Amino acid sequence: MTHPSDTGPAPVLALRDVSRSFGAVRALRDVSLELFPGEVHALAGENGAGKSTLIKTLAGVHRPDAGQVLLDGAPVVFHGPKDARDAGIAVIYQEPTLFPDLSIAENIYMGRQPRRALGRIDHRATHEATAALMKRLGVDLDPDRPARGLSIADQQIVEIAKALSFDARVLIMDEPTAALTGSEVARLFGVVRTLREQGAAVLFISHRLEEIFAICQKVTTLRDGARIASEPLDGMTEDDLVRRMVGRDLEELYPKQDVRPGEVALSVRRLTREGVFTDVSFDVRRGEIVGLAGLVGAGRTEVARAVFGIDRRDAGEVEVDGRRLTNGAPSTAMAAGLALVPEDRRAQGLVMDMSIERNIGLTGLRTTVRAGLMDRGAERSRSLDWAVRLQVKYARIADAVNTLSGGNQQKVVLAKWLATGPKVLIVDEPTRGIDVGTKAEVHRLLSQLAADGVAVLMISSDLPEILGMADRVLVMHEGRLTAEIPRADATEETVMAAATGRAAA
Amino acid sequence: MPESLTRAVRWDTVVGALLVVVLLLSFATVDGFGNALNLSFLIGNTLPIALIALPMTLLVVCGEIDLSVASTAGLSGAVMGALWNQGMAIETIIPICLLVGVVCGLVNGLLVTRLGLPSLAVTIGTLAAYRGIAQIVLGSDAVTDFPTRYLDFAAGRIGDTFVPYAFLPFLVLLAIAVVALHATPFGRSLFAIGAGEEAARFAGIRVKRQKLILFTLTGLMSALTGVFWALHYASARYDNATGLELSVVAAVLLGGIDFDGGRGTLGGAIAGVFLLGALQNVMSLQDVSAQSQIVVTGVLLVLSVLGPRVARQVAVARAGRRAAASPPAPKAPTPAP
Repeated sequence: MTHPSDTGPAPVLALRDVSRSFGAVRALRDVSLELFPGEVHALAGENGAGKSTLIKTLAGVHRPDAGQVLLDGAPVVFHGPKDARDAGIAVIYQEPTLFPDLSIAENIYMGRQPRRALGRIDHRATHEATAALMKRLGVDLDPDRPARGLSIADQQIVEIAKALSFDARVLIMDEPTAALTGSEVARLFGVVRTLREQGAAVLFISHRLEEIFAICQKVTTLRDGARIASEPLDGMTEDDLVRRMVGRDLEELYPKQDVRPGEVALSVRRLTREGVFTDVSFDVRRGEIVGLAGLVGAGRTEVARAVFGIDRRDAGEVEVDGRRLTNGAPSTAMAAGLALVPEDRRAQGLVMDMSIERNIGLTGLRTTVRAGLMDRGAERSRSLDWAVRLQVKYARIADAVNTLSGGNQQKVVLAKWLATGPKVLIVDEPTRGIDVGTKAEVHRLLSQLAADGVAVLMISSDLPEILGMADRVLVMHEGRLTAEIPRADATEETVMAAATGRAAA
Repeated sequence: MPESLTRAVRWDTVVGALLVVVLLLSFATVDGFGNALNLSFLIGNTLPIALIALPMTLLVVCGEIDLSVASTAGLSGAVMGALWNQGMAIETIIPICLLVGVVCGLVNGLLVTRLGLPSLAVTIGTLAAYRGIAQIVLGSDAVTDFPTRYLDFAAGRIGDTFVPYAFLPFLVLLAIAVVALHATPFGRSLFAIGAGEEAARFAGIRVKRQKLILFTLTGLMSALTGVFWALHYASARYDNATGLELSVVAAVLLGGIDFDGGRGTLGGAIAGVFLLGALQNVMSLQDVSAQSQIVVTGVLLVLSVLGPRVARQVAVARAGRRAAASPPAPKAPTPAP
């Protein structure tokens, strides 16, 4: 390994030839990494490449089996996350963990609030310190506002402010944008740029390649626990990066097949849920992939929930194949041939402690039955069949789904619903937080389903995905359908204009 | 459940083994334990706990609880006594008592599912309310003059064996409950609800309906237990079965039903019930006071919440060591082309 840093500024944090194994699995193999002040460094790799282990090593959660962690050039040993934090290393996770009922200021200073006489909390000092942090980050958030109701982007900004309050010099951002919409990403990036200008070293992890190119200066790529390359992003293309990550040329990320749409399979008429969305009407035809775009909070997920019957609708009708659906009854929606792959796979898509077999089996409780009893053989073969078809990577079908990687969990959710043989498939953020290889697989699958005559409604905050996969794009803004854009006319500009309410169709 | 992972130390097996050990030790060392008459007493006195434990297990598996069961049993007994005093036929009275239980269970279920209240709070409330109604219905009377045929059935045993008559219908109910929980789509849905209610709802499982059914069944079984109690002890009083909910919950948790839902087996729960019953029987034979017995029940309740968790952690740790010792299992199937 070479360490090309003898001349330039010293890295604030570095790994030198670090290895770490879990049992027989070598999660990291001789990996080196250098983070410099004033630099945003991307960490790229597929799920399972070792990114999480690397982050946890930097954050003091894991200790390397071999190799060193260097802080300002000197070897250090972190005995736990607290040591790393005291050394100025902060990790911002994808899903922030704030106390919803406490204010932003209280969240930031939890457990170490400025005190007045007699140990009373000095609320004014807490408020002012928080306001100063927000000013430093260049954002306008009221320190006294409760954390409940903050967008995920704002919650992450609070986490960043918290990190700064610990005088963090190194920020590790683990897929911070996975749950954000375009404008929220821009807001977060603004904060990251401010931090960089102030001399922080940032390690940035994202599955969205365009974000890596937008915000980072260097990239380190991991594959199978080994470092493939550390190099400046200048002059690289997305294809170069993908090739380093997957070790081969990736098939097209958006393998959309041309299909002639058939008759209407899903018909939504004047669907309304008071105060959430109003007067939403659209059709999805057999063979069609319809994209549903919009900002988070525009009401897309809520429409899907009401269509499927998770939430009751206040007005309007939903028909699947001409069959009108009972209000608020997912079981009848399923019986009519509707399937919903929900946005939150950990809470809504899967029972995390249950096995792969039984999770897929959950949608078959009506079909894998003989004489009123579960037909375990039929259940197992149904689950195995779909797990294999979707190429889920698992050790044993009886393993709990929480042992799987995010991408494989998402495949289990898809398997669970495809096993019902749906006529209409609604997918809500189908590729959120999964690696680029699995993402391409999911897209190929959706495309194949459409070609086989399934009507697909795809909700996504990933604009390239919408543009790459959808035959038509529906756009929602503040609870209303504001545009319907055919594939030929759909561009980032037209969709974003409708999503932000700047244009009406 | 991840069978392969927990097979090493499954708590329900541990409890089953513990039950066998306690029984063998008691046979060997406790005077008067091993004779058929005492064993029939043991079973007969444990039956009220066992009867209510059947629906309670299902309820806890799906993440809910009913603490009003003993009060429902008391109310059912009180209604039975009051109507008997009115001169009504016992064949009419018993269905009415069961109906009272159904109503009690429905009230609990509706409060929990329609108003979204936590079942712990709701049923603490109805625990007090149903007991109060029982007192209003029967006052402080004790009704004892039920027909001999019924009393004999509830208190008697088959010949000189250790098997009480009432044990046979219990075995039938047990078989039904085992099949319902472990072999039907209904039971499967209860595990899903307990382990991930939202995911269950998104899979089209009718969560509220299942819960309402369970609360109603629990009310029904509690009322049946109330009838059995009044006949078994030949005494219908408003305070029958007071505190029984503690024993039922302790036994069910002791049997490895996770208080947070989604985990456990009915076999384990019933082993827990009879382990508790055996301990109580032994303590009575050794002249341990009733107060001290309650202390033991309470301690068991705490241990029973602790035990399965410890067992699970041991299992996870073992699985971790196994994974470390052997190469990773082959990933099936092969990755994308």
